[in-house]
Amino acid sequence: MVQLPKNFETYAEARKTGFLNMKKLKDEGRRVVGMFCSFVPTELVEAADATTVTLCATSEEPIPAAETKLPRNLCPLIKASYGFALTDTCPYFYFSDFIVGETTCDGKKKMFEMMNEIKETYVMQLPSYRNDMALKAWEHEIEAFWKKLEDFYHITITEEDVKKAIRLKNRERDVMLRFLELGKLNPAPISGYELGTRLDSLGFNPDIEARCRIIEERTAEVLKDWEENYKGKPSRRPRILVTGCPNSGVREKTIKVIEELGADVVAFDCCNGTREKVEKVDENLPVVEALAKKYLNINCSIMSPNTNRMDYIREMIDDYAVDGVLELILTACHTYSIESHYVKKVADEKGIPYLKIETDYSTADSGQINTRLEAFVETMEQ
Amino acid sequence: MMADGQEYYVGIDIGSTASKTVIMQGEKVIDAFTLPTGWNGREISELIYSKLQEKGYQKAMRCIATGYGRVCVDYADKVVTEITCHGRGAWALFGKNCTVIDIGGQDTKMINIENGQVRDFLMNDKCAAGTGKFIEVMATRLGAGLEEMYELARNGQPLAISSMCTVFAESEVISHIGAGKKREDIAAGVIESVANRVAGMANRFGAGDTIVLTGGLSVSPYFIEILSKKLGKDVDCHPFARYAGALGAAMSAGRLKRVECIDIE
Repeated sequence: MVQLPKNFETYAEARKTGFLNMKKLKDEGRRVVGMFCSFVPTELVEAADATTVTLCATSEEPIPAAETKLPRNLCPLIKASYGFALTDTCPYFYFSDFIVGETTCDGKKKMFEMMNEIKETYVMQLPSYRNDMALKAWEHEIEAFWKKLEDFYHITITEEDVKKAIRLKNRERDVMLRFLELGKLNPAPISGYELGTRLDSLGFNPDIEARCRIIEERTAEVLKDWEENYKGKPSRRPRILVTGCPNSGVREKTIKVIEELGADVVAFDCCNGTREKVEKVDENLPVVEALAKKYLNINCSIMSPNTNRMDYIREMIDDYAVDGVLELILTACHTYSIESHYVKKVADEKGIPYLKIETDYSTADSGQINTRLEAFVETMEQ
Repeated sequence: MMADGQEYYVGIDIGSTASKTVIMQGEKVIDAFTLPTGWNGREISELIYSKLQEKGYQKAMRCIATGYGRVCVDYADKVVTEITCHGRGAWALFGKNCTVIDIGGQDTKMINIENGQVRDFLMNDKCAAGTGKFIEVMATRLGAGLEEMYELARNGQPLAISSMCTVFAESEVISHIGAGKKREDIAAGVIESVANRVAGMANRFGAGDTIVLTGGLSVSPYFIEILSKKLGKDVDCHPFARYAGALGAAMSAGRLKRVECIDIE
């Protein structure tokens, strides 16, 4: 019998709806695996006829609860993830059969040990370098996760199942990429704020095909509007590349604000942007090798060295005709914060301004952030 | 319009401690005044307006507000951030590519300027260390005014004040007082601590060889001396440097690239 959390009646409407939708899915007997990070090879979950759900991690709300167990001086994404789990307020966590984590950063991997006390949290050991040894190790991890899914659900996942899932996920990557690449047009046909929120708010939709259709429709709609009304009338608004940490939890006080100040956010080098979408899984390689290669190549700052990310940023600056780089760092994210040294160098080399903002999910620093963003826009408008 | 057909360009910089106003006519600075900001940004902006009225400037003015209280100036035609304004003002005063260090009451800014344009900037925040506020808090603790604080410091041997946090540093100062240490030595320690913080920030920012100081602390030759020593580079100053933000705002109001002269008593 699928149960709702004991505080369910006290929840706000939107959250209640989230819980009820998930409960319905569970009542229908769906398998659900919770995850946080784009390094998790979701193809395997899909091949197990299970749905992956991205767990809540972008709100200030559960952080005080998390801080009863975790140190304060920790990334807000880690604190929020744990806080939602602890307080039964994320429907996706609550209804997940188990959680799959990864050793992307020290804070997360230690937090997963504690999360495991609340719900089974399986952790994939991700190497933080790229060579043959790392690839072999990561292939083993992928095989182990494959076996984990088979054991957990008492099923057999065939190579054919995985191949099918790879084709489906590659198609999804293409669709999302085409949507995000609308930012290459001038004038920008869609706000960066919408690009981000819309991808986030595909929300819980267990059907990948349905998700693709929603985004394809919106892409076509935006493109049509642009061709009819804006084509050939380039805008003078500065064009911004946003890079750094996952930004969903700070979108309101950064991306939304800079767009209101007169700039357009057109490109996203981050895990909720194009970073994971540009490289597909090679459909001609043996599946484990293909998955391992693709996922090890994600340009996250936990990789050392991570020069591929700098090459990608250079490429994006040209392709999206970027006028300024805005790097968003979540408080206490050491790897992105240190790597920002190289990102600034790339911006300098390209002769465009760079601004780094380190912040968390609170609104305490909104005033200071506004001034910086305003000055940044003025710098580009000179 | 005035009889001579010229508009007044008014720049108002509402800082956390002091509010500065600069009035230009053409490329000439014809008037400037400073008032303490007090606790209410609206009140000070009204007071500034009545001053402008007294002198008849408000009849034909174009006004730009800057500083952290810029939004309180509801009669301003436009607001521009203090970063752009300090950059512009400093360019007019010093006339060369440089790194502007602006130490204000609430924050410290570093701005690289090339050919009159802001290239890059860094702002500290959420922390009073390395700002004028730090000196102000400690001066109050020592029962000294700001002027007196610099005088004391000049005659002292700096005591170590190692805490990064203003609240903890204040406790350090209190324990120095409790231990019967000389006021001069404590004052020197306070000034040195601020200079250390600012120099650290400048090095991280990648300040160039030409450094100029604007903002409230630029009125103290003693502070400039200590900061130059910490940076290992000469720090340039200008008698009008505390008005750099307001000057930049006035220049923006008139879309001016340069200042011909500063013609005030």
